Amino acid sequence: MENVSALQLVFTGDPALYAIVRLSLLVSLSATCFAALLGAPIGALIALTRFRGREPVIVALNALMGLPPVVVGLTVYLLLSRSGPLGAWGLLFTPAAMVVAQTILVTPIIAALTRQTIEDLWLEYREELAGMGVGPVRRVTTLLWDARFSLVTAVLAGFGRAAAEVGSIIIVGGNIEGFTRTMTTAIALETSKGNLHLAIGLGVVLLGIVLLINTLAWGVRRAGERVAG
Amino acid sequence: MSARVPSVDLPIEFASVSIRVGAARLLDDISLTIAAGPPTVLIGPNGSGKTTLLRAAMGLVAPTGGRIRWGGRDAAPPTRRAIMLQRPVMLRRSCQGNVRYALAAAGVASAERQRRSGELLRRVGLEDRARRAARRLSGGEQQRLALARALARNPDVLFLDEPTASLDPAATKAIEDIVRSVSASGVKVVMATHDLGEARRLAGEILLLHRGRLLERAPVEGFFGSPASEEARRFLAGELLV
Repeated sequence: MENVSALQLVFTGDPALYAIVRLSLLVSLSATCFAALLGAPIGALIALTRFRGREPVIVALNALMGLPPVVVGLTVYLLLSRSGPLGAWGLLFTPAAMVVAQTILVTPIIAALTRQTIEDLWLEYREELAGMGVGPVRRVTTLLWDARFSLVTAVLAGFGRAAAEVGSIIIVGGNIEGFTRTMTTAIALETSKGNLHLAIGLGVVLLGIVLLINTLAWGVRRAGERVAG
Repeated sequence: MSARVPSVDLPIEFASVSIRVGAARLLDDISLTIAAGPPTVLIGPNGSGKTTLLRAAMGLVAPTGGRIRWGGRDAAPPTRRAIMLQRPVMLRRSCQGNVRYALAAAGVASAERQRRSGELLRRVGLEDRARRAARRLSGGEQQRLALARALARNPDVLFLDEPTASLDPAATKAIEDIVRSVSASGVKVVMATHDLGEARRLAGEILLLHRGRLLERAPVEGFFGSPASEEARRFLAGELLV
């Protein structure tokens, strides 16, 4: 392994490396899906309703976008550990625990961005929709549909966060080779072991994925401008 | 144009209507009846209450004093009325998407929307822009699209809030031609404008508003020929009413 260059690892399709990449994508994509299913409705609900304590909720939601991954990891660890309240589920040090942790990290990001997007669009549309006699149900579907390109960007931002973080999954996953080892946890481990080739190879793949996500986000935005203005 | 059944929303009767927001009186004790006929045009300086009067007549804002009745009814759903706002918001859709949306909101069956949206876009001269993103249209085209959207409701009464503000003469003429043909087809047009020339060109009658009060109401020839009130004389002479 020491004699192989990092790029060779990437381009020859080293099976260990690709298993790690596959698990990383699986965990982060699942977490992003769950977070989108939770976060988008929460964001839309906060955007379109008025209730006591709404402003503190918005501030808290925005603050949660910067939730430290290690704190989430620690919390989920305490919940899932054998002596914790959910210890009986036996999830600690499994990919499922990693999905749970990343879902908690990403949900506030998607919820906060959705809230902002939907609320801005609602302020813009309010009079016009009232003039067209649009009822409450059609109002919500209209806003979600017309904001769809921005919402996709919000989901991609959430995915970017999940794919790049190491703090929570290394705590709840345990970085077990062939089971819970992801790109970011492997980079942390291989670097500390001095195995820089594998670390750099994984780093290159991770950078490529992040670049791909941002290209996608940009493309979605451009397509949105062309279709919807 | 085919003959229309008499509107159920006309006449619109304002009985001592006031609208206050905090200490501000947006409308102050207005009594008037808007009946079928040639366009009614509201003029007056900024903040005189033109927009508020249109919104109240549309039913978008409830009076804080007095009452408004549509065809003798107190709470008439705005199914036979349409409004074009001063700054129309283009939905993030294509031109035909915008018109189809308005048709859907007005309860038109989906099979019919395609045909009617084509008709409406032709009527406002935007048929070659059908698939363009509405937000990419020029200012004049956006106003015409907003007009098509309002007409999608097949209204008996059409409220227009400064439909030609900040448009060039060609775009203004395009809008005015459509408004004229809409009015000729039997739709009651109620329009606010800053442009006295436009008021003269389109109006059947003029309402002069100032500080939320109705100062003068007269047929267009009478108003421009021999205004009754001092304020109207000063307004027509180009003085600043403050």
